[in-house]
Amino acid sequence: MLFLSQLINGIQIGSIYALVALGYSMVYGIVKLINFAHGDIIMMGSYAVWFFIARLNLHPAVSIVLSILFCAFLGVAIEKVAYKPLRNSPRISLLITAIGVSFLLQYGMQLIFTPNPRMFSNLFPGQLPIGNFSISNATLVTIGVSICMMVLLTILVNRTKMGKAMRAVSEDNEAAQLMGINVNNTISFTFAIGSALAAVAAVLYCCSYQQIEPTMGSMLGLKAFVAAVLGGIGSIPGAVLGGLLIGIAESFTKGYLSSALADAVVFGILILVLLIKPAGILGRNSHEKV
Amino acid sequence: MMLEVNNINVFYGAIHAIREISFQVEEGEIVTLIGANGAGKSTILKTVSGLLHSKTGHIKFLDTDISSANAYSLTRMGLSHVPEGRRIFQELSVEENLEMGAYTRPKGEIRDSMADVFDRFPRLKERRRQVAGTLSGGEQQMLAIGRALMSHPKLVMLDEPSMGLAPLLVEQIFDIIRELNQAGVTILLVEQNARMALQVANRGYVLETGRIILSDEADRLLTNDSVKKAYLGG
Repeated sequence: MLFLSQLINGIQIGSIYALVALGYSMVYGIVKLINFAHGDIIMMGSYAVWFFIARLNLHPAVSIVLSILFCAFLGVAIEKVAYKPLRNSPRISLLITAIGVSFLLQYGMQLIFTPNPRMFSNLFPGQLPIGNFSISNATLVTIGVSICMMVLLTILVNRTKMGKAMRAVSEDNEAAQLMGINVNNTISFTFAIGSALAAVAAVLYCCSYQQIEPTMGSMLGLKAFVAAVLGGIGSIPGAVLGGLLIGIAESFTKGYLSSALADAVVFGILILVLLIKPAGILGRNSHEKV
Repeated sequence: MMLEVNNINVFYGAIHAIREISFQVEEGEIVTLIGANGAGKSTILKTVSGLLHSKTGHIKFLDTDISSANAYSLTRMGLSHVPEGRRIFQELSVEENLEMGAYTRPKGEIRDSMADVFDRFPRLKERRRQVAGTLSGGEQQMLAIGRALMSHPKLVMLDEPSMGLAPLLVEQIFDIIRELNQAGVTILLVEQNARMALQVANRGYVLETGRIILSDEADRLLTNDSVKKAYLGG
């Protein structure tokens, strides 16, 4: 029974990691940047939903849609203002800028909303009994919504014109331009999708943990980053697989070893991946044909 | 005038790669730029297609100034560039590569163009669902050319299309260039294989360290002593 409930917990938090890891992976694929501000987009999304519901008294569904749009817009704006001017600079400048943006968001929000945690009420209360066992509705919604998002994203990337352009730009920016693809628009679109997924992850996370604070995005973001690296950064199925594996590993550590060790296990996995298979489980080492 | 390049100078940082280059391509012609490795041939094509920009002079395509245009906007105008090393999208399927070639065109027109490309390159049709990275070198070159044709270009710029291919395939590529030209496509060809290039071209320009040192009818360049000595193996 403990095994099953830990497994379900693991899949639940793993689905959230997967949604966030998808954003890391897509952005990395297209601009070769580890966007360390991505975790803070989750925080911004959480505050947006909270603000719309608790302060403006909007309907939760309206609030969720608005916060997804807000995050998509924020992601595009960050790319245009902070990353685009550095597109031809060394990658390290871009990485440092991303960390800067992360700090700006965290401390900006502390300034506006104070560093104190806020309560976030679960939008999907109650639970579903299965025999002598029960699963919370929030968990079911999290897993269901995550699966839907992943299916939609897969269709978007593999079937639509914009998705194919994203893959083309990821692989060869210059050749994509020669096809007539507007690379700037494609990059903006990628940031918008990644940030929208982060907003969805934010809602799901808040329903289970019911507390938000300006620094909440950094640990969540880091774990999702580990998930993206584990699965193979740049790979969409890799991000999903990595997210689920990290979530399950964390949950089992909490259940069978100790809660205090959970983070150590997650980052231990990162070290192991980097030592044994730096490209990740589904990552491919690029090779050229002559 | 299809393409008019007037007095361009291109730099890579401090390196002066292209020095005061001018040349023209008339509609219906095959024009070739020949020269040794590093003479600046690919840089010229990249500058025409907007991936690089010149500090001076101007480039006109069909009488429109494109000197400062973005690369992606030129495809729509009818300029297509098959870059050096083919640069096909290895992780996309053959069909998806061709769709990307037609990115600027309405969906309804893509099917016919794809059928045309498959008629010209039956091998690509057989492998339409295959990931492009698994094609052989020759097939990848055909895909690169087919992809460029998908935009319905007026001018195709080919950069080293024979590079790394077996002699039989090289012949085939040059046959395709002739066929395309007969079908009304103007061609600007960059080649290290100067003999083949001059045999197929109407006119040629000879480049050395970023300058044009000679320009003439292609058959006269083929018999020119200094060209023979430097590029045709005596």
